[in-house]
Parts: sequence; structure tokens; C-alpha cells
Amino acid sequence: MSETQEYVPTVIKAEEMDPKFKYRISKKHGAERLMLCFQCGTCTADCPISRFSDFYRPRRIARMVQLGLKDMLLSNDALWLCSTCFTCVDHCPQNVEIAGVVRVLRNIVVQEKGVMPLVYKELASNLLETGYVYSISESRHKRREMQGLPRLPKPNLEHISKIFEAAGFSKILENVSTFEKVKS
Amino acid sequence: MSQSTYLLFLGCVIPYRLPSYEVSTRKVLDRLGVKLLEMSEFNCCGFPMDPISYELSLTLAARNLCSAEQQGLNILTLCNGCFGTLNKANKTLKEDKQLRDEINKNLEEIGMEFKGTMEVKHLVHVLAEDVGFEKIKGTVKKPLTEFHVAQHSGCHLVRPAKYVTHNDDPENPTMLKKLIRLTGAECLDYMDETECCGNPIIGVNEEVPFQMAREKLQHVKAVKAQALITVCPFCHMMYDLNQPRIERAFDEKFGIPVLHYSQLLGLAMGFTPEELMLNQLRVKPIELLNQI
Repeated sequence: MSETQEYVPTVIKAEEMDPKFKYRISKKHGAERLMLCFQCGTCTADCPISRFSDFYRPRRIARMVQLGLKDMLLSNDALWLCSTCFTCVDHCPQNVEIAGVVRVLRNIVVQEKGVMPLVYKELASNLLETGYVYSISESRHKRREMQGLPRLPKPNLEHISKIFEAAGFSKILENVSTFEKVKS
Repeated sequence: MSQSTYLLFLGCVIPYRLPSYEVSTRKVLDRLGVKLLEMSEFNCCGFPMDPISYELSLTLAARNLCSAEQQGLNILTLCNGCFGTLNKANKTLKEDKQLRDEINKNLEEIGMEFKGTMEVKHLVHVLAEDVGFEKIKGTVKKPLTEFHVAQHSGCHLVRPAKYVTHNDDPENPTMLKKLIRLTGAECLDYMDETECCGNPIIGVNEEVPFQMAREKLQHVKAVKAQALITVCPFCHMMYDLNQPRIERAFDEKFGIPVLHYSQLLGLAMGFTPEELMLNQLRVKPIELLNQI
């Protein structure tokens, strides 16, 4: 499928564009150089996900942010397909951290729309309850002893809970709605 | 404290799923005279939270870094994800005062402060840069001269280059290759060695990571490598644990054992396969071990 066919309609209406969106995004850590993207397409050409997905195109995401197509971007599940290999970051001739821009957009989807893939809700909940993103069973702890491995320290859950609160994430996690899979 | 003492940062995946990586690493590092101390306390490195909240991820990472600062030792990680996250947080918070102040405000709630006095290293960096090739060579008692293997360094060990300032080439990583060759094994070149394993998105989409892993295994098989060597639990799970599922999905047989580097080095040091927990691998390295 070609780059122009899937998401971006041939005609974009001016009222669909948020002219300030790009400034807001480029204030965020990791997305500062967004405006320097000149659409060369190196990121998409070298992206391992793009090779196997019909929907994930980092160049298109960068252009959509520049155009201010906020609603279209934030409702685009393909954002969750970036595997953070950072090839785009290392190869960008303009030193735009494309993966950073994607991360900023994902964070905004969570914060403003209150939506995230189910797997992240599960990982965050485990982390809040146990200190680890996978809950390590008692039998695993026992097996460690049998294998001669030191006991894992018990994470300070009060600290974890306070960090969630301080980062403004406790409320988000409580009210978040989820979706399961993203099509590629 | 001596320079060859590190705080072992285990992260979540290794104690949850891959004790073989931990057990074999502890054995080979002990043999090399590298002392590991346990973190007095730690939490998830922060990596899995980065997509949903950068602030939460950074604060979690910073809390681990603060623990290390209190213990006064550099961190050694076994996982690329932990390395990438802790190293980037460490470097960013050292350099960016505004961000450091923000994160320190969160840490104030738990009576901690990031000062930026420690470093974060991955096992590969410790072996190649701190222990050194000569010393490792000296511990090889049973050179694995019949082994022909391939390496998978993974992404966060070498990328983004902006944060990973170790002496390796992200376009053509050779550090792990050199470490493999010290064991006497041949390390073969193959197509697209730097390609990502895809595991970080497996929770939202299986098709893409499976196709990526299939291609990797095809390339490794094409050069007749007898095993793939990894240094990250995520990559390892993608290629070992998921290999039978990938074989079924594409009706294609690979049968390529995937070893942690610490297991390969351990074999060359003369540890038994049992001591290195090679029996825990999903794809059994039977033919490989017959060559010792």
C-alpha cells in the first residue's frame, strides 16, 4: 500500500488542522527538532515495522504533526506499532528524534483521551502492586533459593505508589479505557 | 570500592522468565573476578512505562539510579531495555537541569534526590571495556572451535548513538562479535544483523514481530549458523521461546538454538551445560553440545 493512500485524504480541510499543535509537540523532550523534518523519508525507508505493516509510516506521522492533524493522529492506533528500535533516530539527516515524537503522541493519547492498549494497563497495574511489571510468583522466589540465587529485595510499594501519584498517573490508570490489538 | 565491583540490576523479565541468563552470568563474572553486589532495593527500570508516561518512566528510572548512588556503585544490567532506559535517564538528567528539577520534585515525595554520580553499563560493555579481551581469553579452558554461531546485539545496546556512548558502531556492531570469537567460536556475518527483534510490540500486535523474527532466523540459517547468541532477555524470548510458534505460523522449520552470551562463554570456561542451565532453552542445543 502506498504512503498516500491509507490515512491522509487527498483533500485536507483547513478546519481539521490545529496550527498550534506542532509548537506544542516540539516543546516536549525528544520532539524538539520536529520542525526540521523535510520529508526525505529515510525514517520510513529504514523502519523495520514499516516493512511489514500497511499502516505504520514514521514520515507520515511527522508530516501529520507538522500539519496539525491532531484528531486524526490521536485516533490512529498505528502509533502503538513503533518498537523503539531507534533506527529512525540514528538515521535522520536532520537529527529529528522520530521515535521521540511517536512517544510524545502516545503519551498525549493516554493523557487526553484516557486510552491505552490493554497490555500497558496490565504492566502498570503489576508495577503498582508488586514493583515489577510481571508479578513474580512465590514459587519463583523459592526456586531462586534452590538455584542458589539471592532473594529478590522487596520493592518499597509505598514509594512506587507515591511516584505514580507525583507523575499524575494514578488517576489516569484508574479511569483508563483499553483496546487489545492493533492491526498491521 | 574496587573498580571491578558492580551493582547487578536484574529488572523484571530475568527473574520472571530467564533465570538461565542470571545464573550463567553470575558464574562467568565470578570466574573473571568481577564482584556483583545486590541492589538493596529496586523497581522496574521504567522502560515499559515510557510509551504511556515519559514522566513516570523517568521517575522510576531515577529512583533506581538514586538507590545505586546511595550504594556508591555503578550499575550493571543484563537487559538491553534496562540498559537503554537507565542509561538514557542517567545521561539526560545529568545534562538537562530543567528536566532534573522536574524529576527531583517527584523524587522529593519519597525523600530521594538524583545527583548524577554513577554510571550504567551493560554486561557487554563491562566485559569488552572493563574486564578486557586478554583477561577473558585467559579464562577459556575449552575453546569452542567447532562452533559456528551468529550474534544479535539488539537495539538498545547500541542505539540511539546519541545516548550510547560506548565504543561500538551502531550500524555494524562488533563488540559482541569479538567477545564471541574469544570463546574460540566462529561468529558468522549475515544479512541485516542490526534488525530489531520486534518484541516490544508483541503485546499489541503479534504478526509484525513474528515476521521480523522469521526473517532474522532465515538470515541466520542462510549462513548455516548453528546457534544465535543474544545479550537481552526480550530478544532471547523472541527467538527461543517463540521459535516453535513462528515455525508453526509460517510452516517453516528453523531449529536454531538461542544462547545467552554468558552461556557460550561459560561453556568455553569449562562449566557444564547443566551448571549454565542450557536445559532450560526451548530449542534444545543438542547437536551444538555434541561438538564439545
